[in-house]
Amino acid sequence: MTVIGVIGAGVMGVGVAQNLAATGHDVVLVDKDERTLADALATIRHNTRMSRLMGGPALDPDEVLSRITTAVGAAGAAKADLVIENVTENWDVKREVYETLDAECGPGTVFVVNTSAIPITKVGAVTGRPDRVIGVHFMNPVPAKPVVELIPGFHTSQETIERTEALLSAMGKKAVRVKDSSGFVSNRVLMLTVNEAAYLVHEGVADAASVDEVFRGCFGHPMGPLETADLIGVDTILYSVEVLYEHYADSKYRPCPLLKQMTDAGLHGRKSGRGFYTYDSN
Amino acid sequence: MSVTAIDQILAFVRERYPQAEIDASQDIFALGFVNSLFAMELVMFVEKTFEVTIPNEELRIDNFRTADTMATLVARLAPDAAAA
Repeated sequence: MTVIGVIGAGVMGVGVAQNLAATGHDVVLVDKDERTLADALATIRHNTRMSRLMGGPALDPDEVLSRITTAVGAAGAAKADLVIENVTENWDVKREVYETLDAECGPGTVFVVNTSAIPITKVGAVTGRPDRVIGVHFMNPVPAKPVVELIPGFHTSQETIERTEALLSAMGKKAVRVKDSSGFVSNRVLMLTVNEAAYLVHEGVADAASVDEVFRGCFGHPMGPLETADLIGVDTILYSVEVLYEHYADSKYRPCPLLKQMTDAGLHGRKSGRGFYTYDSN
Repeated sequence: MSVTAIDQILAFVRERYPQAEIDASQDIFALGFVNSLFAMELVMFVEKTFEVTIPNEELRIDNFRTADTMATLVARLAPDAAAA
């Protein structure tokens, strides 16, 4: 494999690009505009610098960045052998990206859908290559999380599974294979937990710090659900809960109004400087 | 070593974790509720507050375990800032 396309330079795309480059892969990182890409490269420089402090390997930021080129528009990944797509968890946005990728990339290119909730079979269906579409649910921060969910769609071929497993292994990831079902294993449970934690704050039962302290202190979780929401992005949590709600048509996935209000107000968590907690901006 | 630098660092940590009783020699990562993301915030706080750039080889968790070790690092990188 020579070049890996990474579509979307948000929190997940940046993590995937850094992880790939740090493990010796050449990457083309794609987004809609130059500004986002410039910010992404600055974030990768910052994160590689902090790598050892965060418990990862000591990395040379210049060496990692030397393996990453950028391009505006999904067509920029036309020459990639494998594409990892990380755009927002919004079906209309994802569909448009896949239509472009399918038209621009060679017939052998594998499309890896990095999603926490959207069914892989549904993505495969908008391309002419459903056998070469597969899901990988990376965790955040990508370089620091050694396990991913691997989700073959209905038509995904064995060859595609093996190529993806080989890449994940080269990235230092262990893949847990699960079936294609909205939310897979992780987010069926996690999103409901975060949503219910938001309801506790919304109803005034407990403040965010108290909710998180119960999870850390009583259950031994390294982070509580609302710290986790701030890390993932409050807006992303809302979209993920909405996808589950839409997919299962089950009221147990109704999104907490507080998540909607915070999303509208720009309180998106760490990335915006404020979510359930307030962060020092850098 | 400057008392001021230690006080500023302690104030930052206490503001984020008001429930903790932290002194300058306490390992904040051993307390159980501080995660590695906070280490990154500490780096940014130290660099901004004391106007230093911490070299890559100094970005080790051992330099950030206590207010004392952070102040020592600051004093090493910018003696003037630490004493200010």
